[in-house]
Amino acid sequence: MEGAAGVSRKRQRWLGPAMLLPAMLYVLALVGVPFVLAFLYSVGDVKVGSRGYHFVGLRNIRSVLQNPAFLTALRNSFVFTVASQVLVLVGATILALALKDAFRGRHFVRFLILLPWVAPVSIGSIGWKWILDSLYSVINWVLVRLHLVNAFSPPMWLGEPKLAMLSVILVHTWRMLPFATVIILAGWTAIPKDIPEAAEVDGARFFRRLFQIEIPMMLPIINVAVLFGVVFTFTDMTVIYILTRGGPYDTTQVVPSLAFFTGILGGDLAEGAAISIFLVPLLVVIAWLMLRTARRAEVT
Amino acid sequence: MAIVQTRKLTKLFRKGQPGAVVDVDLESREGEFLVLLGPSGSGKTTLLRMIAGLEEPTSGEIRIGGVVVNDLTPRQRRIAMVFQSYALYPHLTALGNIEFPLKAGKMPKEERRRKAEWAAGLLGIPHLLHRKPRELSGGERQRVALARAIVREPSLFLFDEPLSNLDAKLRVYMRTELKRLHRDIRSTMIYVTHDQVEAMTMADRIVIMNNGKIQQIGTPLEVYDTPASRFVAGFIGSPPMNFFEGEIAADPSGSAVLLGGGVRLPLPRTDLSGSVGRKVYLGIRPEHISLAASGRPISDSAWAALGMPAKVPASIEFVEPLGHRAIVTAGSPIGSFLMETEVHAAIRPGEQVDLWFDMNRAYLFDRETDAVM
Repeated sequence: MEGAAGVSRKRQRWLGPAMLLPAMLYVLALVGVPFVLAFLYSVGDVKVGSRGYHFVGLRNIRSVLQNPAFLTALRNSFVFTVASQVLVLVGATILALALKDAFRGRHFVRFLILLPWVAPVSIGSIGWKWILDSLYSVINWVLVRLHLVNAFSPPMWLGEPKLAMLSVILVHTWRMLPFATVIILAGWTAIPKDIPEAAEVDGARFFRRLFQIEIPMMLPIINVAVLFGVVFTFTDMTVIYILTRGGPYDTTQVVPSLAFFTGILGGDLAEGAAISIFLVPLLVVIAWLMLRTARRAEVT
Repeated sequence: MAIVQTRKLTKLFRKGQPGAVVDVDLESREGEFLVLLGPSGSGKTTLLRMIAGLEEPTSGEIRIGGVVVNDLTPRQRRIAMVFQSYALYPHLTALGNIEFPLKAGKMPKEERRRKAEWAAGLLGIPHLLHRKPRELSGGERQRVALARAIVREPSLFLFDEPLSNLDAKLRVYMRTELKRLHRDIRSTMIYVTHDQVEAMTMADRIVIMNNGKIQQIGTPLEVYDTPASRFVAGFIGSPPMNFFEGEIAADPSGSAVLLGGGVRLPLPRTDLSGSVGRKVYLGIRPEHISLAASGRPISDSAWAALGMPAKVPASIEFVEPLGHRAIVTAGSPIGSFLMETEVHAAIRPGEQVDLWFDMNRAYLFDRETDAVM
């Protein structure tokens, strides 16, 4: 008995690290190395096709900070993230509320709601590109038929600065909604049935139960959903890239898309890296918050 | 004021399946402590939840204080309920929990505070008010849940197995506490439990349920002494009543019951002459079987002198001492059975003894209907 335990303990000593190794290598190769490279590029003079590397200190950073396009992108990033996450949160809570109790066809509705999440984002966004197209927009078609807008100057959803921002925010919300809904739904089903029932017997009506009992109890899980959404939104550029390419006149340009256009399409790797480095401090704060919330959620 | 009446109350969870509650007619009395007792799945909790308004009846009527409440929400029924899990709000302090029903009733803050402190004082927990539920022990949570229930001074309390999550010692203590509370506030209380000791010790009246139906309603002594059916007889009493299959037979002294192995026990009744040949169960409680008073074997004439000669030869199989008394498993031609008796030198596994069945305390149940005869 003791011998066997000794062997298995010895095995445990290398088995654990061995099983972690592929994941570690993966993270190192695909996250660690590019991250270090980005740092090096941001303080160098690398361009696509250039051979040498010269250290230039904070020159790129200074140049980025003086670039009005970057400051716009930074502001847009915040608007894009905050607006879409607020919409996602409200929408997901309402959807989860509607879906938590059993009704006929609930599974089908759940499936429909998950579709935007499981469909490839490129397909979804291309669909939206047509829906919001200046000539073929079905939204405009409907609005014109309802006599809500003028048939000769319909709204240019992706062509006017305010409407373009609204459009990318709504499409991104559409895309993120399923994920947040599923998380909040899970939080809701984790509340013991007794507790809302006790609140009901205690005389609390629907909104009091919702805002004073159920949502506070789900807060740790809602926090997780929000933090994931913020990270995902702040670092993502797919919807913007496909719908507006940052336009018109950079009014929907966000930090990741600007970094991509400057560094990859524009060939100025160093400046692109310097732009993306600005995401780091913010994401560090969020990551810290995330870990803290996750730990708290475990305790309760 | 807070009399609960149900009429033909029925709850079917699925069509075609037996109902959870079937045609229940129940009427509580003012200020009474009414216990719904039954095994799990007997429908007692469903009945309570229908009274609370948490479950909608399939058919039938519920009245509280004379008013039909079928279409009223739990809020409108103005009752208090204590859940098995306590159902405290985990993000609120004990004070927040106790105040919650008052807040929902829009009571001004100062009055709310005063009331909450009064309720906490009644339960002896004023020092715990600032703590969150997870910082409280099981018994303390229980008290917070009780304080939350009484703080609105409702005229009707519903309890759903509130003591079943406590350890044995605390449970016995809280039993007394609850009785004291009932005496102090004199509201009608309906209390669900599957623990017959809880029911016997706390109830003014017990409602015994099985398979969604009421089996018997009565005071603890009534259901113990005059059970209406074999189910009630077997459910009330610990250790449970013994049952023996038998048949009514004629006897020179009146009638008798013929049991397995040819054992024939006389019945001290004169109303069974028309029932000769009926298949019955003989029921007798473990505490009504004993060795002869002296503990020594006695002669047949001495048995006869005891007035009701009902001697059963048996062998002792197991003895479970409880201290001053013991539960004895005995084997005999009529089947094995339990008896509860004083600890005795003669009671040792393997001993052959004659046991005395107190036939004055025996019951007969019809084997077809299970009803008492």
